[in-house]
Amino acid sequence: MTKLIIILLSAVFINNYVLSRFLGICPFLGVSKKLNSATGMSLAVIFVMLIATAVTWPIQMYLLNPYGLGYLQTIVFILVIAALVQLVEIVLKRYVPALHKSLGVYLPLITTNCAVLGVTILNIDEGYTFLEAMVNSLGSGLGFFLAMVMFSGVRSTMEDSDIPESFKGLPITLVAAAITSLSFLGFGGVIENLFG
Amino acid sequence: MRTLRNFSKGIIKENPVLVLVLGTCPTLATSTGVLNALGMGVAATLVLTFSNILISALRKVIPDKVRIPCYIVLIAGLVTAVQMLVKAFAPELDKSLGIYLPLIVVNCIILGRAEMYASKNKVFDSAVDGLGMGVGFTLALFLMATIREIFGNGTFCGLEIPGLKENHISILTMAPGGFFVFGLLIAAVNKFGKHKPKKKHPGCAGCPQAEICQKSDTAGDGEEAASHD
Repeated sequence: MTKLIIILLSAVFINNYVLSRFLGICPFLGVSKKLNSATGMSLAVIFVMLIATAVTWPIQMYLLNPYGLGYLQTIVFILVIAALVQLVEIVLKRYVPALHKSLGVYLPLITTNCAVLGVTILNIDEGYTFLEAMVNSLGSGLGFFLAMVMFSGVRSTMEDSDIPESFKGLPITLVAAAITSLSFLGFGGVIENLFG
Repeated sequence: MRTLRNFSKGIIKENPVLVLVLGTCPTLATSTGVLNALGMGVAATLVLTFSNILISALRKVIPDKVRIPCYIVLIAGLVTAVQMLVKAFAPELDKSLGIYLPLIVVNCIILGRAEMYASKNKVFDSAVDGLGMGVGFTLALFLMATIREIFGNGTFCGLEIPGLKENHISILTMAPGGFFVFGLLIAAVNKFGKHKPKKKHPGCAGCPQAEICQKSDTAGDGEEAASHD
């Protein structure tokens, strides 16, 4: 149990996907301007990460590994994720239209999100059990959510400030991201000390 | 002459990292050391060149409706090949690049060039375009890694630099330093870049996130601001 909590908390705070592992930077910079879209995008990412792990972990363990096909990991995972996202979209549209309405726009874009492919591969690389892998995906998704929401707050306060000409747009966004990321450095070591 | 221009546009005028701002994830993650950055750059260049060649050769065969999945499968196959080569011949590089090596599959630069260039042009032109973009990507990574390694770690390619080794700013090699240096570099490109900005952010045509992405507006603003100088 303690191990699960450690995995969850370190995925959210210490190894935050966006701010310390640099995965999923495109949506982080692209969709974080407004709080609404930031929330929608991150909820969709959490959702897809969980299902993707639930499907890719058994595929790796029960299909690829026993038959010595481990080298097909990259191809199989990206295809599975792409197909899965399509399927989820169709199912949601048919049965849960309310959810589809709020997440629908973001779902197809997640296929090429490196955070999703990253989390499925990392779960295998770290040798997690199925439960640990699911917890890690949940934590990673929550970490993404936290980073997106925090950063959209930072960006909205930046809107009216007087920024040097050549820093306008992306450069100042990146500098702000650096400071946001700096605040996450403070979590390093906290979790080991709590449970160590 | 035309070939030369086709090749060089990827290096300066349409540099994928610093001007088009694509492929930010590997740029930030692997530019902590010069050797890592070069390894990543060469691996991505290989995939980019061959994916451009293949996709251009198959452009009349691949049906338009399912072209993106087809491109992704082709790219994933190439990435797997590169992954196996790196594992066999440079196991240390494989260890230090880790997860970012398989993640070349979802690198926006590669899918972007496939969609914007290789699917419309001849094989030779596409190969040159892929090579140029790859070299531009590698050079941008090299530049960023040089800054981060020299000032952040006091070394260059692992060789110690006297004077800097004792006074290094180690935050530069950590995550915040990556964002910071990248921001400064793009600001410098905005300031000194002489290129005429295009109306629409050119990197976005091939990006599946273009529809909801707000980066295109901000990057466009930045470039326009630079052109007023």
